[in-house]
Amino acid sequence: MEWEVVIGLETHTQLRTKSKIFSGASTAYGAEPNTQACEVSIALPGVLPVLNKEAVQCAIKFGLAVDAEIAPRSVFSRKNYFYPDLPKGYQISQFELPVVGKGKMTIQVPATSKHEAYEKVIHITRAHLEEDAGKSVHGAVDDMSGIDLNRAGTPLLEIVTEPDMRSAAEAVAYAKKLHELVQWIGICDGNMQEGSFRCDVNVSVRPKGTTELGTRREIKNLNSFKFMQQAIVYETQWQIETLEDGGKIEQATVLFNPDTGETRAMRSKEEANDYRYFPDPDLLPLAITEADQAAIKSQMPELPEAMKARFESEYALSSYDASTLTSSKAIADYFESVIQAGGDAKLAANWVMGGVTAKLNTEDKTIVDSPINAATLAQLVIRIADGTISNNAGKQVFEAMWSGESDVDAIIEAKGLKQVSDTGAIEAMIDEVLTANATMVDEYKAGKEKAFNALVGQTMKASKGKANPAQVNALLKKKLDA
Amino acid sequence: MINQSLKNLSQLLASKAVSSVEMTQTFLERIRQYNPTINAYITIDEEKSLAQAKAADSLIAAGTATTLTGIPFAQKDIFCAKDWRTTCGSKMLANFIAPYDAHVIAQFNHVGAVNLGKTNMDEFAMGSSNETSYFGGVKNPWDLTRVPGGSSGGSAAAVAARLCAAATGTDTGGSIRQPASLCGFTGLKPTYGLVSRYGMIAFASSLDQAGPMAKSAEDCALMMNVMAGFDARDSTSLNHPKEDYTAKLEQPLAGLKVGLPKEYFAEGLDADVAKVVDEAIATYQKLGAEFVDISLPNASLSIPVYYVLAPAEASSNLSRYDGVRYGHRTAQYDDLMDMYMKSRAEGFGEEVKRRILIGTYVLSAGYYDAYYLKAQQIRHLIADDFKAAFKQCDIIMGPTVPSTAFKTGEKTDDPVAMYLQDIYTIATNLAGLPGMSIPAGFSASIDGHDLPVGLQLIGNYFDEARMLNVAHAYQQVTDWHTAMPKGIE
Repeated sequence: MEWEVVIGLETHTQLRTKSKIFSGASTAYGAEPNTQACEVSIALPGVLPVLNKEAVQCAIKFGLAVDAEIAPRSVFSRKNYFYPDLPKGYQISQFELPVVGKGKMTIQVPATSKHEAYEKVIHITRAHLEEDAGKSVHGAVDDMSGIDLNRAGTPLLEIVTEPDMRSAAEAVAYAKKLHELVQWIGICDGNMQEGSFRCDVNVSVRPKGTTELGTRREIKNLNSFKFMQQAIVYETQWQIETLEDGGKIEQATVLFNPDTGETRAMRSKEEANDYRYFPDPDLLPLAITEADQAAIKSQMPELPEAMKARFESEYALSSYDASTLTSSKAIADYFESVIQAGGDAKLAANWVMGGVTAKLNTEDKTIVDSPINAATLAQLVIRIADGTISNNAGKQVFEAMWSGESDVDAIIEAKGLKQVSDTGAIEAMIDEVLTANATMVDEYKAGKEKAFNALVGQTMKASKGKANPAQVNALLKKKLDA
Repeated sequence: MINQSLKNLSQLLASKAVSSVEMTQTFLERIRQYNPTINAYITIDEEKSLAQAKAADSLIAAGTATTLTGIPFAQKDIFCAKDWRTTCGSKMLANFIAPYDAHVIAQFNHVGAVNLGKTNMDEFAMGSSNETSYFGGVKNPWDLTRVPGGSSGGSAAAVAARLCAAATGTDTGGSIRQPASLCGFTGLKPTYGLVSRYGMIAFASSLDQAGPMAKSAEDCALMMNVMAGFDARDSTSLNHPKEDYTAKLEQPLAGLKVGLPKEYFAEGLDADVAKVVDEAIATYQKLGAEFVDISLPNASLSIPVYYVLAPAEASSNLSRYDGVRYGHRTAQYDDLMDMYMKSRAEGFGEEVKRRILIGTYVLSAGYYDAYYLKAQQIRHLIADDFKAAFKQCDIIMGPTVPSTAFKTGEKTDDPVAMYLQDIYTIATNLAGLPGMSIPAGFSASIDGHDLPVGLQLIGNYFDEARMLNVAHAYQQVTDWHTAMPKGIE
């Protein structure tokens, strides 16, 4: 039987607010345990929550970015359960009425040996605001567990998708796109190591062609795309094998072990909590007006989809190039800065996607760490476009710029890379080459096109690579065909 | 001095006839003398109180004092007060020293008032007799064999026995008004959201409201001037413009339309109480008030609705007492679950456990719609009843409690009988309306004891000033509010 995997994601994105979602305590990462735990964070008797406006603005930004319904009225509820790192004995979350409703996102799934690259629309079910819990620290003190409440109350936006994905590749493409988007609109720092972006993946399988969903298992807390890929592949295979062996899938929460590459059930459904959700009487319903939305919309950056379309029409870039250049806000900003500094769009695109990206990849850097700033790259692009140097010579200039030199004209001068565009000088060189290579000339005249390329090569060699190749081509053809 | 109004005490201090330290000493002496019997206070800290009094005297000397500067108040032990033990009447918090001030405490500190001590109360404000306190019951100063009411029983006894100039209380279903009725003084539960709940230990968040407990309406007005006001730390705090609650006190009552809800005069009301209320109505008629009959058809559902909603909220509010960060933790435990279970089993009393169980039950999957949601719907109906009623009248009057103070132990085995104490007060909390109880007379003497009877006033939202005016007018022509229990002079 052929099987189909069905995947949905729940992603906890930590919002980039200065203070916690219901108190003024700092959200900065890495402080000494419990130094960022105010009276509200530790849930002293009598304390009350006050909603952080900035967190709400982040939620609205996300809603607008995924073309979602933003609830004019949403409600905070208490999710009741006991856990040592949950100081109130309940988590303030949203249950029946979340702030962000149905939305959608288009993902690009990369090509593989089996299929071409393709786009797919993933539907967002909802996104809701909630507070994070603290952390249990084991082993800091012998025979005891410690509780660090610095993280307790950190704002999270939990983003839930429909079960729209049909492969690990689609799930990873969605997660990467979401990861980029939340950084693009400035609501999350995207730091997966510090837990700012955590994915829970719901996986089920069903016979291909059927519509009923299989029983799902939820892989918790994946904090790298690589692990996500591995975990889904393993889990899918495990479920298929279990069913093919006549077994049954029990709804469960599972953890992925990166060392073994396996998923393992953490708790089964029978132990599931009854969270006794009810509206938090300490918080009023959250009202968001059209005007609130408009105010936030006006502050939002151009979104990736809109920017991609603009790149295609404004700069005549291919869909692929436009997509690559808008894969992150930093890259898109860099690219547009090159153009603003006078660089030709096509050349700028080639250099950003080519030379710059290759170097960054080799050195494991991101565009913000690039030693060549956009204005300097623009100077190089200008010199190539105006014929001062050839594209090939540009590579030498680029190398020099990468190692810290910044005056493009000085590099060209010092390295003697200036292109020869003087027709007379080129013609003199061609004449010498033609005289010295009479055989090739004969071959060309006998119809061997290859001989022409060889003659171009000889002329370029004679010019020490400095002759303008376009001119060499034109003049040589003129002379030979005369 | 002990029977003086806050205004007079303020004048004594301003004229330097008495210093705040002397005034505080006077009350501390009375506390030393009577508290061992009455048990109104859980925590006394003379050193702290006297330091505050001393500071107040400097303010008075510097001419920067305001009306309540230097006056000693008792604070219900539900309010966190920095460096004071704050127990909420529970073993769970028996050793909890609050590291911060509740908004109400901060407001009193801000005007230089003196904190005389923390008063006894039903555990986590759950009770109508003060008998659920971990720190023992409180005796009604009018008859030491009877309860003072609850949950603000300690504050009530302290006011009645003149162990403070006035006190604070909180009222979730009647916890200011019922003890005010049983102990014969004036108590006001303001409009929900008028006084910040920040630092007030939560019982049922959507119902809890702090208010003054004092000898007269005028005293309550002066306290409201300090207690009321917007606080950004409480999301349910109302951004209502600051008012001077004494401004309208002297307004004549001519033309005042008073509604009498027929449901509050039906079966279950003691004849003694009915008689006192009827006499009060007659007095008001003489003052120019007109009476109309009104109906609150859903009022009879108040108690069942309350005993779904309040425990639901309480079950969640009390989850933080888990023995992990502060409060009682059991001495011996095997694992985390064992620690939770033993700490909570030992730390909470029977009534608190009962309500946590009820609340957990009504919020559980499969029961939520039938209980919690239904109760919320009825809550709206009850509020709508009042809305309709206030189209016919300016103020509603009736008994505060169906009977006078009952004997200690009389209702401890019958929770439902205890819950019926609040039958006339709970609807006000459910609707978020302000309510008051003022002394209106006494029952026929039992065993040589006269027991006070309260008259309840219910106003429309933010009508506290008008209610205080209505109460004050009555107190200008009657002297029930100045009566003192015997044996405490």
